[in-house]
Amino acid sequence: MSSVATKKKGLGAHIWDYITTVDHKKIAHLYLVAGTLFFVIGGIEAMLIRIQLAKPDNDFLSAGLFNEVMTMHGTTMIFLAAMPLVFAFMNAIVPLQIGARDVAFPFLNSLGFWLFLFGGVFLNLSWFFTGAPDAGWTSYASLSLMSPGHGIDFYALGLQISGAGTLISGINFLVTIINMRAPGMTYMRMPLFTWTAFVASALILFAFPPLTIGLFFMIFDRMFSGNFFVHTMGGNTIIWEHLFWIFGHPEVYILILPAFGIFSEIFATFSRKRLFGYPSMVFATILIGFLGFMVWAHHMFTVGLGPTANAIFSVATMAIAVPTGMKIFNWLMTMWGGSIKITTPMLYALGFIPSFVAGGVTGIMQASAPLDYQLHDSYFIVAHFHYVIVGGVVLALFAGAHYYWPIMFNQMLNETLGKITFVFFFVGFHLTFFLQHFLGLMGMPRRVAVFKAGQGLDLFNFISTIGAFLMAIGVIILVINVIITAIKGVPAGRDPWEDGRTLEWAIPQPIPFYNFKQTPLIRGLDPYWIEKMDGNKEGMLYAEPLSDIHMPNNSFIPVVMSFGFFVAAFGAMFHQETSWGLYVLIGGLAITALGMIYRSVKDDHGYYIKKEDLLDDKGGKH
Amino acid sequence: MSSNQKFTPHSWPDHPEKATAEGKNKVTGFWLFLGGETVLFATLFATYLALKDKGPSGMKFTSQELFELPLAFVMTMLLLTSSLTSVYAMYHMKSYNFKAMQAWLSITVLLGLGFLGLEIYEFTEYVHEGFGFSQSAFSTSFFTLVGTHGVHVVIGLVWITLLMLRNSKRGLDLYNAPKYYLASLYWHFIDVVWVFIFTVVYLMGVM
Amino acid sequence: MSHEIEIVSKSPKEFAYAKKKSAEAMRNQVTAFAIMIFFTFIAFALVMAGFSPTLVVPVILLLAVVQVILQLYFFMHWSEKGHGIPQFFMYSGALVAFTMVLAFVTIIWWE
Repeated sequence: MSSVATKKKGLGAHIWDYITTVDHKKIAHLYLVAGTLFFVIGGIEAMLIRIQLAKPDNDFLSAGLFNEVMTMHGTTMIFLAAMPLVFAFMNAIVPLQIGARDVAFPFLNSLGFWLFLFGGVFLNLSWFFTGAPDAGWTSYASLSLMSPGHGIDFYALGLQISGAGTLISGINFLVTIINMRAPGMTYMRMPLFTWTAFVASALILFAFPPLTIGLFFMIFDRMFSGNFFVHTMGGNTIIWEHLFWIFGHPEVYILILPAFGIFSEIFATFSRKRLFGYPSMVFATILIGFLGFMVWAHHMFTVGLGPTANAIFSVATMAIAVPTGMKIFNWLMTMWGGSIKITTPMLYALGFIPSFVAGGVTGIMQASAPLDYQLHDSYFIVAHFHYVIVGGVVLALFAGAHYYWPIMFNQMLNETLGKITFVFFFVGFHLTFFLQHFLGLMGMPRRVAVFKAGQGLDLFNFISTIGAFLMAIGVIILVINVIITAIKGVPAGRDPWEDGRTLEWAIPQPIPFYNFKQTPLIRGLDPYWIEKMDGNKEGMLYAEPLSDIHMPNNSFIPVVMSFGFFVAAFGAMFHQETSWGLYVLIGGLAITALGMIYRSVKDDHGYYIKKEDLLDDKGGKH
Repeated sequence: MSSNQKFTPHSWPDHPEKATAEGKNKVTGFWLFLGGETVLFATLFATYLALKDKGPSGMKFTSQELFELPLAFVMTMLLLTSSLTSVYAMYHMKSYNFKAMQAWLSITVLLGLGFLGLEIYEFTEYVHEGFGFSQSAFSTSFFTLVGTHGVHVVIGLVWITLLMLRNSKRGLDLYNAPKYYLASLYWHFIDVVWVFIFTVVYLMGVM
Repeated sequence: MSHEIEIVSKSPKEFAYAKKKSAEAMRNQVTAFAIMIFFTFIAFALVMAGFSPTLVVPVILLLAVVQVILQLYFFMHWSEKGHGIPQFFMYSGALVAFTMVLAFVTIIWWE
């Protein structure tokens, strides 16, 4: 690793490099691949749900299996697909946008990824044991405590492991953005994607501990004879609901804020204008983050918290519409008078605005507690949250994939195929979920495996299923696009969209593994644009002379530590029914502890890239 | 390696924990972690308060009869004092007096061990009386709250001990100064949590 | 990231000043410790004396909060410069914590 010169490496060496890597760009690739894999699994589960509900009285899936598929669809999509894909972009882009050579803690970055992956794999292994979790992604305690088999144990333990990874990554990004900004990159010059990543990470920091504790309570109650939720022993199941939503509500902002950030970048780039109302965008982002913690009980209006609590949470929820509305208007004003270029990412951004507004408006409807009593647990809710998650987050992830592909892989995805993907996915999305609003209003409850014929639900459900197939076609075209692009392997070069504004577009391609030969000097918002306008061919100014660069060493320990938790989780799950469970639990934790102690005791100072090697290095291939 | 340079008390920086970029990141990151820990313990406190004295019908255990205030008081004193001794250790760390720092840290560890011993004694007493982990919602939430704090104490003790052993021959440098600093922050945080446990669980429990 | 760390040897005057500063900090820390011990005694005594809980509970909670603030500002160095970020995040955490505890003592059980 000490030489910068290009080396020919075999496949095995490449794989080993990725397993032990601490480079944020490679970890971004890992997140992208793993997240896509889980996205496809969750998508297949979604298709199974829609096939089952295509016609009345269907018996494609049994009721029990339907519950498992439905639970795993939600859990997989939120925790194992959306979160890691957001992390993929945060890893790939944030350090480049702020002019950093890596994140603050490269080792922890790797640890965060491997914890997520082992947790996700553990959760999905449930299919091969006694069945997957079947109490819904919210896993309400009264139901989940009664669930037979190990499904819920897989849920609690798997999410515990991957949640720890998420918390670690969140802290890592916070420190990166606080401490590692290049000279001149003040807080109010940070690109909006970095800002949203910052606020989302702060939400992770405060939202994940309640989930951790909630999951521990669940683990104690199910596996270690605790009594948190057991009402005959004085417990209370409402506690789980509170803990879950104290985490769960900020969680949707953790997903949507980076999505807002991606779209903010896209709007500014392809309108070829500075983002309208940048300070108000920053303010709105922080305000959404703050309010996100004060509204969790709007998921629990029908629990019976009383009129006072319902009123408080109702008003707080409606207040969130204000900063969100600010953002929508700012995006519209960014386009106003701009010289708009309709590329694939821009197409997604344009589609996002009406879709997300629709999801937001239904959200405000549910914020009204009396109306929520009518809508609760109906398909209206399903329609609402798919409008915000698919219409907001997934559109942003697809837009981001097309937009940032050249940064991540130095290749351009095919624009024509990209637009075809968009049409299929966008039309399919509205076809699937728009009619579900009406299904809900007609009284169709969510999470049902069958509906009866002759209740007026047949046609809309059938159309909904057709829409789901269109979305699937869209995703398949995207995958084909990726494969074709990879095979062609045409380098995209620097600033392939030609309108890049922020620092990441100024870096020569392929991006060297140390990112910046010299730390850049930032002169304002949209630094690359400023340099372009000043006719600076290099794209950036430098804050320091060329000198040795300190880099961290690769490490295998993150995999070992994550594997220890993975083993321990099996032990915890089987310790009641087997004699070996307890030993496996202790052994697994010992593996993790040893990994940690080894890391602490063994000095790892990293290595230096010598100045002379940097001078020789033209493109930065490695 | 620059951070391994040997120093004299005169060349030792005023803030050795933040003198390197790595140290600065570590300190910031650790504070953020403590922010998360605050919420984590708040969750445990909130649950404890919600489930206090709740149990199966006819449960004979109440916080009023169960808790022994004098014992908890002694434990508080031990932990408070250990907080002071770790402050002394950091004082000597900043003035580049390695031996004095290690000595004060050893006292901190001893006080922590004393605290831990009393806590284990207290827990076994409760279990003997029939107030085990799965006796009631009250017992489960009590043991989880106080036990989580106890686990933090154990981790803190292992951490400080390992640091002292690992660096006993090497002495202070800018690579391990942040590590000592963080361990001491962690130890103070444990004390912060205990102040609330003493007040909310024990003092308010016996009233 | 970390470049060569410049080693600056302090002049005798600077050294004496730094010594004085940290001795001052130490004095504050010992004072804070004395107050914390004193507060713990008061709280303990108030409860042992058996005053009415409506009176004692707010007082001992206040004493606990003051102790924690002393701990944070003097033992954990918040009184020194450069602690804006830790303070912001710890206060944010405290706000979330407060909201949660408030919710759990008001809307978990109801008749």
